Amino acid sequence: MTRSLIARTVVGAGLVGIAAVSIGNVRHGVSRWTPVELATLRSLSLTSIEPLGPDASNRYADNPEAAALGRDLFFDTRLSGNGKVSCATCHVATQDFQDGKPLANGVGRTARRTMPIAGTAHSPWLFWDGRTDSQWAQALGPLESAVEHGGNRAQYAHVVAERYRERYERVFGRLPDLTSVPRDAGPVADSTVRTAWGRMPAEAQEQISRVYANIGKAIAAYERRIEPGLSRFDRYVDAELAGARHTPESALTTDEESGLRLFIGRARCVTCHNGARLTDDHFHNTGVPLPAVTLPADSGRAVGARQVVGGEFNCTSRYSDAKPEDCDELRFAVTSGPELVRAYKTPSLRNVSTRAPYMHAGQIASLDGVIAHYATAPAAPFGHSELVPVRLSPDERRQLIAFLGTLSGPITVPPGYDGAAPLSQTRR
Amino acid sequence: MDSPRTPRDWRRVTLRSALAIAAVSALAMGRGHFRGNVPGPDIQTVKASVHGLYRVSVRPDVTPIPVRRLQRWTLHLDTINGQPVDTATITMDGGMPQHGHGLPTSPRVTRALGNGDHLVEGVKFNMGGWWIVRFAITSSAGIDTVTFNIGL
Repeated sequence: MTRSLIARTVVGAGLVGIAAVSIGNVRHGVSRWTPVELATLRSLSLTSIEPLGPDASNRYADNPEAAALGRDLFFDTRLSGNGKVSCATCHVATQDFQDGKPLANGVGRTARRTMPIAGTAHSPWLFWDGRTDSQWAQALGPLESAVEHGGNRAQYAHVVAERYRERYERVFGRLPDLTSVPRDAGPVADSTVRTAWGRMPAEAQEQISRVYANIGKAIAAYERRIEPGLSRFDRYVDAELAGARHTPESALTTDEESGLRLFIGRARCVTCHNGARLTDDHFHNTGVPLPAVTLPADSGRAVGARQVVGGEFNCTSRYSDAKPEDCDELRFAVTSGPELVRAYKTPSLRNVSTRAPYMHAGQIASLDGVIAHYATAPAAPFGHSELVPVRLSPDERRQLIAFLGTLSGPITVPPGYDGAAPLSQTRR
Repeated sequence: MDSPRTPRDWRRVTLRSALAIAAVSALAMGRGHFRGNVPGPDIQTVKASVHGLYRVSVRPDVTPIPVRRLQRWTLHLDTINGQPVDTATITMDGGMPQHGHGLPTSPRVTRALGNGDHLVEGVKFNMGGWWIVRFAITSSAGIDTVTFNIGL
């Protein structure tokens, strides 16, 4: 009896859904969506975003003084090897905290596309390959990368001591004595700097590394406040759920609505682009082509998983404020297997239409190209793509792109943290 | 049959989820992005193991089962004769058969809670759809496996 009820209900729901597809664009005044579809739409709306819990690994994450310090560090080009690169060089505050380039340029050219920052405090994994597990650990990676900031942790500790001592010590306590610490020392690629680091006593190394970790924690306290704002799509969903008449701020065009229907239906975009940030926070090989320029071999999560587990600044590290039981994402991470090969993190789609080029190395220049990629599902250059082709007419491709445009919204940064006139840049 | 140990509300939620998935599948009307077919909706949460050595039930700590969030489950293990089993080696795996991928995490049975209950940590589902989770059980009663279907 139950099975027969299920069968009848499934058939019924399917017919209702099919009916909704056929008349969706001509009905007005009543919801165009089935209850199942409305539940999906609700899950994608920003009003459903999960509350941001405390970051157990960063006890300063919600400290306003740490955030204000982090904001200034974020824009400070002294935190680089050549005095010209700050976090904001690639994470441009007026451009969704990204740079619009296929490959990021710091002191040199990197091998990956800059990722936006808004909402990343919700994510268990940072970077395209998830090689760190917190915003503060993420912030530390580029600072010592030879092609990004190109500096080292001893140099940064000196910058903090000379430029930010009072503010740093108010938040993190007394700085160590840096008298005998070299100007340049750190476990970086540069052999001279690395040698200087190796000559330092272990205790001094740990003290400097702790200052370095605190730089990351301050930057994370700032970045944590950068959130996606309401888009027209969110207002549309709110109005649909309330049964309210649409306003110009909430209305979708016929094409946009059809694109949304494809997004949550036949095109199956919502499989991975789910939740209010439109990402499943996981890693997938989608057969993205190799970059046009020659770059080092890139295995994505296969390497990132190993790096985060062994990470110097991960959730279970001595520099983390978390207890081991607070680190379940790390404890239970998948660290090997063919599915990790050339798998990259599903990016959020918020503001996606203003954020070309696309993919982890900016391989695809436009959303047209992205939709064509997912429609044709080419074989992966290596590893195994999870995709199979989906037939989309030219009109349907246009509709999907139109819908993606409705996901654009402001980036919300609290007053005082907006970075409109970064102090360290205006001083220069 | 033994009466289910799983709360009725989870069964209802799972049933609703299964219906939702089926409805979405009906809407799909064609080939999707991911490989494979959707299996039938076997959504029991109390099951005999494949070779009939055990009766196993699973109970998530949060219902409805959330997507993208780590959760803990309680697995209850009885011999087929109804004796609770506290001493056992239990491993877990699973995935989405129609997508051809495994679980996004490596969940583990981390400790026995007594009276046949075992704590499963690190369970996570990163997308809606049809999932399977499979437990391999070794105890003095023998080696056996059991698979549950989850519709999200």
